[in-house]
Formats: sequence, structure tokens, C-alpha cells
Amino acid sequence: MPTSASRVLFLAFVAAVFLFLVAPLVVIVWASFFADKILTFPPSGYTLAWYARAWALPDFASGFLMSVQVAICATLGSLLLGVPAALAVERFRFPGREPLRQILLAPMYVPAIVAGAAVYLYFVQVEIATEVQLTATFSGVMIAHTMIGLPWTMRLVCASLATTGSVAEEAAQSLGANALQTFFYVTLPIIRPGVIAAALFSFIASFTELEMSLFLVGPGKTTLPIAIVNYLEWNLDSTIAAVATVQILIIGAVLLASDRFVNLGKAF
Amino acid sequence: MSGVTLRNLSKAYGELRAVDDVSLVIREGELLALLGPSGCGKTTTLRAIAGFVQPTSGTVHFGERDVTAVPVHKRNVGMVFQGYALFPHLNVAKNVAFGLKVRGWDKQRVRKRVTEMLEWVQLAKLSERRARELSGGQQQRVALARAMAIQPEVLLLDEPFSALDAKLRLQMRTEIRQLQREAGITSVFVTHDQDEAMAIADRIGVINHGRLEQLGSAEDLYKRPVSRFVAGFIGKCNFIEGRVTAPGRFAAAGGAELRFAGQHVEGPAALCFRPEHAAVGPGAAAAGDNSLPVSVKSVTYLGPATEYELISESGEHLLVSASSASGAAAAPQGERLVVSWRPEDCFVVD
Repeated sequence: MPTSASRVLFLAFVAAVFLFLVAPLVVIVWASFFADKILTFPPSGYTLAWYARAWALPDFASGFLMSVQVAICATLGSLLLGVPAALAVERFRFPGREPLRQILLAPMYVPAIVAGAAVYLYFVQVEIATEVQLTATFSGVMIAHTMIGLPWTMRLVCASLATTGSVAEEAAQSLGANALQTFFYVTLPIIRPGVIAAALFSFIASFTELEMSLFLVGPGKTTLPIAIVNYLEWNLDSTIAAVATVQILIIGAVLLASDRFVNLGKAF
Repeated sequence: MSGVTLRNLSKAYGELRAVDDVSLVIREGELLALLGPSGCGKTTTLRAIAGFVQPTSGTVHFGERDVTAVPVHKRNVGMVFQGYALFPHLNVAKNVAFGLKVRGWDKQRVRKRVTEMLEWVQLAKLSERRARELSGGQQQRVALARAMAIQPEVLLLDEPFSALDAKLRLQMRTEIRQLQREAGITSVFVTHDQDEAMAIADRIGVINHGRLEQLGSAEDLYKRPVSRFVAGFIGKCNFIEGRVTAPGRFAAAGGAELRFAGQHVEGPAALCFRPEHAAVGPGAAAAGDNSLPVSVKSVTYLGPATEYELISESGEHLLVSASSASGAAAAPQGERLVVSWRPEDCFVVD
């Protein structure tokens, strides 16, 4: 039994960690309502004008749309590649299985700025060889972001496949289910929390990705994080805080929505 | 419904022969146990019957049909897995309905069959529950209902009682046996527990190192084991090393002349007898009986019986079990006694 003193200490610790995580977000949301032209503290008053201004700036509006589109496509891409890959690695034995697993997890370990440079050079080579342009295109960014989501999908789907084991799948086969029926009626429902968590993390990883995209976006085809960096180079006002607040709200909404469908705690 | 025939079935994993030239016939409607120590190949044999394991050589027939190349999902086998493998995302009724749905049965027919199966295993009231909300015994009955719903040709059970506690295990094995008999389905179950095999199987196949050592009823295996492994694995057994010198005559390595009933080729062998078939006492044996002078190592009172651990003059350890009803007496360590047993209760193995 913990004594009441140690309990108080524990709660204080939990509160401190929570504060450490949440305080920056609170400050950003708060700053987005400051009325001053230049970020000052304490604020002289409050306004909603920065939200209107952010939406009025074409870079932010189009960056936002581009980011959402890229994130959705990259998420689908990472699921289409990652779920079968995780199945292959977890359920089948073949030569090169472990190296394949490591390669698919690698984008998580490589610094994004290094990966960005590498992907850029690779795209240039592809362009030289095939005359298909990938740099500064939507597809180029999407391919790179798919790569960022892939290790998340691998990790989460592999984990849920490993914990369920293959015995439920064998049971399905013995009951007459062919490979497709087994996958859709048994495997997929069992790994559903893992797949949804994977989709979520792929989306967020892509939506907030900056370093890699720096190499890959072109004029007029910018993602939201890049639009923010560009804006920050010459301005320091609450527009950024307003944009960031919207970003936080979207990610929060995605998290809440997926938590309604699956118990996300179960996926880890 | 049909019997199952394995012909020269082998499965090799590299150098290791997990199943080595097993041939056996499982008769229509019987419950056959595959019994052996862990790693002996009994589960691999079962999985080859199910189709999860593709044999390296040999064939599997269901009745006249050769199913060796038929994939699992087309074999029409009912399987109860170790740990049951119920689908965690489906309730009891949907678990049972699974095999029928993938067969494309219409809803009404599925519902009727599921109700019928759940009534059969007395779980109709729990049809809406999830698997994890059931006790071990209930989960096992769901697994059985699910396997039997598809009207399989063969029912396979992989260590079906190992996940249950001792008391429930006794109850479930009787229950499963009764259900199997009612359904009259050809069944194979794998176990490492000889009591379990002897209690419910019609016949037992003893497997060791991938080979079928002996196939027979519990009584056959106990009274007439064909190998040293079977003699030692099924019940307790005394072995006296020596050689067969003439029909019915055995010379123990320690010098004693013993007799046995039955046939065995001349040469090195071991004479065996069961602990409960021997008597131990101070006096000489009855005429015609085998006897060996021994000294007492320990005496253990076990309730219904008393067990004597004895050492013969030539150093063999012998175990004798005397029924408490016959007035077995305690004896101090080191006391000299005589063990005697009838030649008809002996058998000889290589």
C-alpha cells in the first residue's frame, strides 16, 4: 500500500510531466488570439483576425490543402505496402526475411534531412534515366511521405500480428476458409486496431513532415510546414500561432475519431 | 464419414525426421489417441492429417479419397486446437457459424445449425458471449461445436485438455468422449498423458522419435508391449537384463534362471514384469514361479497400495506394488526378502 505522502509525490510527478507536454500547446493556442502586431507578452488584447489572415494568405491555404492530400495519399500508400509486408514478414519464412524487415523499418532511423537529400538525388537520377519528373511534384512528395509512414505501419501491424499468433488463422482454414477469406474475416479484424493506429501515425508523420519535404517541393506546390517556415523567415506575428492551432486541432480530431473506432491503447 | 489411412507417412525437416514412415488405419467412428513424449512427432502427424503439414513422402487417405495434396480448407476436417483458437472478435454463435458462412450456407440454415450445435454442447444460453468471457471448459465446448458444425469427415484434437486444470480435465475428457461417441465421428487426439489416452481412446498409437512403436487397445499396450519404450512409457515396469536361451527360458545377467510365457527369439533381451504382478515376502516362492532374492531400499505407503523399492543381488532396481487389502507390511531398509512372480505375467522385449 502506498502511503499518502508517496501518492501525493506520484501525482505531482504525473502533473509535472503532463504540464511539460501540454504547456507549449497551450501557449501556442493562447498566442494565436493576441491582438498585438508583433508577438509581445503580456498581450494588449485579443482578436480572431490572425485566423482570417492565415486563411487569406494563399501559401497557407494551398499548403494546407496540399498537406492534407499528400497525407491521405501517403497513408493509403503506406497501408497498401506495409500491411502485406508485415504479413509476409510475420507469417512466412523465406530467405532475406530479417533484412527485409530491417530495411522497411529503416526510414525511422535515418535522419529526415539525410533521407531528403538522398531521395532528391535519387529522383534526379530517375529523371535523367527516364525523363519522368519527380522532384518538385505532388507524386514525388507523396512517394517520400509513403516511405515515412511505412515503418510506422510495419511496427504497429507486425506487433498486432505477433500477439495474435497464427493459430486463429489455422482454425479458419480448417473450417474451410481460403486464403482471402481467412485474411478478410479473421486476420484483418484481429489486427484492425494496429492498422488504424498505423494509418493515424502515417497521417500525422506526413502531415507534420518538414525536413524531407524541403528538398522535394516546388514553387506553388508547398506543404503546410514549409509554408510556415517560409513565413517565419520574414515575419514574427500570431498568424503562425493561428496556423499551428488549426494543425493541432486537426491532429487532435484525428486522434479522437480513431479512438472511437478502436481502443488505441491496445495497439501498443 | 470415413476412416483415415496413413501410408508410409514421413516428414523431414532437414536432417530431422519428425515423422518417420508411419502407417496406420484409423477405423470409422473410433477415437484414436496418438501418445508420446513431447517432440516425438505426434502433433506433426496430426497436422499432416489436417493438411497443415505437407508430408515429405507417404499418403493420407480419408476413406478411399487420397487427400495428400488437398489443401487444409478443402479437406473438411474439424480441428480442436490446443488453447482452442476461438476467434476473439466474434461471439460464440458467430464462431460456430464461421465454417458454415464460408461454405456459403444461407442465413436461416446457418442459424438452425448453430442452435443445434450449441444445444448439443449445452451452451445455447451463452451464444452472444465473447470467447474471453467463457471459462476454459466452455471455450473447449465452443471449439468442439465449431469444429463439428461443418460436419467434418474427421475430428482432430490437439492436446485438447492441456489448458484445463486437473479436475476440469477429468470432467471434460469424459464429456468429449461422450459427445464424440454420440456423433460417431472418426477422431484422432494427440496427448502426452497416458492416463488420458487409456481413459478415453478406443485404441492408442504410441509414437517415439517419429516412429509408430505400437498400435493397440490400452490393454494390449499394457499387457503386451512390443518394445522397451512402450513397456516403460505405459505404466511402471521392471526390466531384468539378460538373454533368451531357449523357448520360455531367460538367463538374467546376474545369473538367475527365469521363465516366461510366450515367444521370443533367442539372444540378448530384457524380461519385464509390472510392479503389481509381483509379490514380496520372506518365504520361498511357489513352485514354478520366478523368484529373485532382494534387499529392501525403501517402502512407501500410498493408501490403496504399498510400494517397495528393492535391489536384487546383481544390482537391479525393482519396484513391487502390493495392494493394501492384502495386508502389505512395512519392512526395514536392508531387510532380505524374495520377490516372486508368475511366468505368465512376464514379457520379453529387445
